[in-house]
Amino acid sequence: MDFRSTPGRPVEHRAAAVPARRVDPVVLLAIAAGGVLGALARFGVDALLPHRPGTWAWATLLVNVSGCLLIGVLMVLVEEVWPGRRLPRPFLGIGLLGGYTTFSTAMVDAQQLARAGAAHTAVLYLGGTLLVALTAVAAGAAGTTALLGWRRTRGPHT
Amino acid sequence: MTVLLVAAGAAVGAPLRYLLDRAIQFRHGSAFPWGTLAVNVLGCLVLGLLTGLPTTPAVSALAGTGFCGALTTYSTFGYETLRLARDRAWLLAGLNAVGSLVAGLGAAYCGLLAGTALAR
Repeated sequence: MDFRSTPGRPVEHRAAAVPARRVDPVVLLAIAAGGVLGALARFGVDALLPHRPGTWAWATLLVNVSGCLLIGVLMVLVEEVWPGRRLPRPFLGIGLLGGYTTFSTAMVDAQQLARAGAAHTAVLYLGGTLLVALTAVAAGAAGTTALLGWRRTRGPHT
Repeated sequence: MTVLLVAAGAAVGAPLRYLLDRAIQFRHGSAFPWGTLAVNVLGCLVLGLLTGLPTTPAVSALAGTGFCGALTTYSTFGYETLRLARDRAWLLAGLNAVGSLVAGLGAAYCGLLAGTALAR
């Protein structure tokens, strides 16, 4: 049985279909290209919503939450609409959304809040980002699953 | 110019995340996302270090916004945490969420301390 189609198990998300240790250069290139586009988008959001170190970082929060919503959408599409396709996940998931969202900046934002004497705000920022981001992944996945189900029941002419 | 530096940093950071994640996950082969945890902690360490060092805006764009930003990921972290929860691995999901935050913050502080010490 193909492990990728095991019911209830999502597609192994690390391009595990590539045997052993060989790295596919096209996949690597797709990840780099996606990563660049994602990082530039994050840089753009940062420029639109600038913040000084030690203050609440709306840009990082927005980037991480929207990126989590989109990975929820993407992983359902990868599993249900594009199963077995080689590049959507590396380019869009690992590259674009991975480069767009950032864990390190969120941690350093919180660290700088704490250093500025706003330890409670730092904890709220960390916990708030985590809760909203996890909810966003779940909402993105559930919404996409529902939409695909609705399309299927409506038939192919929609 | 800044845009190019961000792009250059990300062009290295994103593929490096993939390669490190793959190497670590290949070694461990467990349900727990060690690979993502490792790259995120590593990125926090480097970004913390940069925060402690007197860097120019160019270095900050290349190594901070570009490289560390693309090396680390919140989307994969969020997705993997939710996947563990969906597979009823509640303990692992909780450990991944809390452990990533604690380890990430700890690494950022270690980096900051090291950077501040180096800058003296």
